[in-house]
Amino acid sequence: MSSAAAKKQRPKYLSLPAILFQIRLPLPGWVSILHRLSGALLVFPFAAWALYLLDVSLRSEQGFSRIREYMGMPLAKLGLLVFLWAGCHHFCAGIRYLALDLNKGIALRPARISSAVVIVASLALTALFAAKLW
Amino acid sequence: MVNRVIVGAHYGTRDWLAQRVTAVIMAVYVVAFLALVASRAPLTYESWKGLFTHGGMRVATLLFALSLAWHAWVGMRDIFMDYVKHDGLRLALQVLTVLLLAGYASWTIQILWR
Repeated sequence: MSSAAAKKQRPKYLSLPAILFQIRLPLPGWVSILHRLSGALLVFPFAAWALYLLDVSLRSEQGFSRIREYMGMPLAKLGLLVFLWAGCHHFCAGIRYLALDLNKGIALRPARISSAVVIVASLALTALFAAKLW
Repeated sequence: MVNRVIVGAHYGTRDWLAQRVTAVIMAVYVVAFLALVASRAPLTYESWKGLFTHGGMRVATLLFALSLAWHAWVGMRDIFMDYVKHDGLRLALQVLTVLLLAGYASWTIQILWR
């Protein structure tokens, strides 16, 4: 029973350096944690922001043009970019989870491929929307 | 013979299913909304306002907001249950989330029927 496993230094602590440099999260894991992160961001602050924008822009003609101006500000644009990414990632990853729930693509290889597709597709969609808006 | 019926509260399955159903509702709404906005481009105040005074759009948007509240409640609760170990803090965060989501839903109603 004396194997390489026995010689391994134990215990391993989940220290910050370990999380950052030693433990490699597989791609589906990245999709999962980013799904949570993007979901939380969409709940707060982005849903509140979207409601504020909707409220002011629908209130009056002046409000509408004020939001137009406001969205032209660099900081607002940066915020919108993060909002777009969070929405796109949450959407794409969500579709993947719905497929997984239906037992589609649960084998290791397709699961890895689809998680790469989700990450790339959501970034591409974000870029596409950003290009449209600028 | 002991006839024990061991059943849980079932909220696990119900929440799981509700999260999926609301996800599909929101996905359909988002795609339809983007298509509607794109068909009205370039957007003016009149066309923007017109979009949200349409009766069907109002109902669909409210349905979206309520779906979001339910969906987000399940999701945020999952996050808190996984990462927040302190009972009091977790309860406080969950209460805050409920208040926030209820606030969003009522704000949406205010915006739509003003």
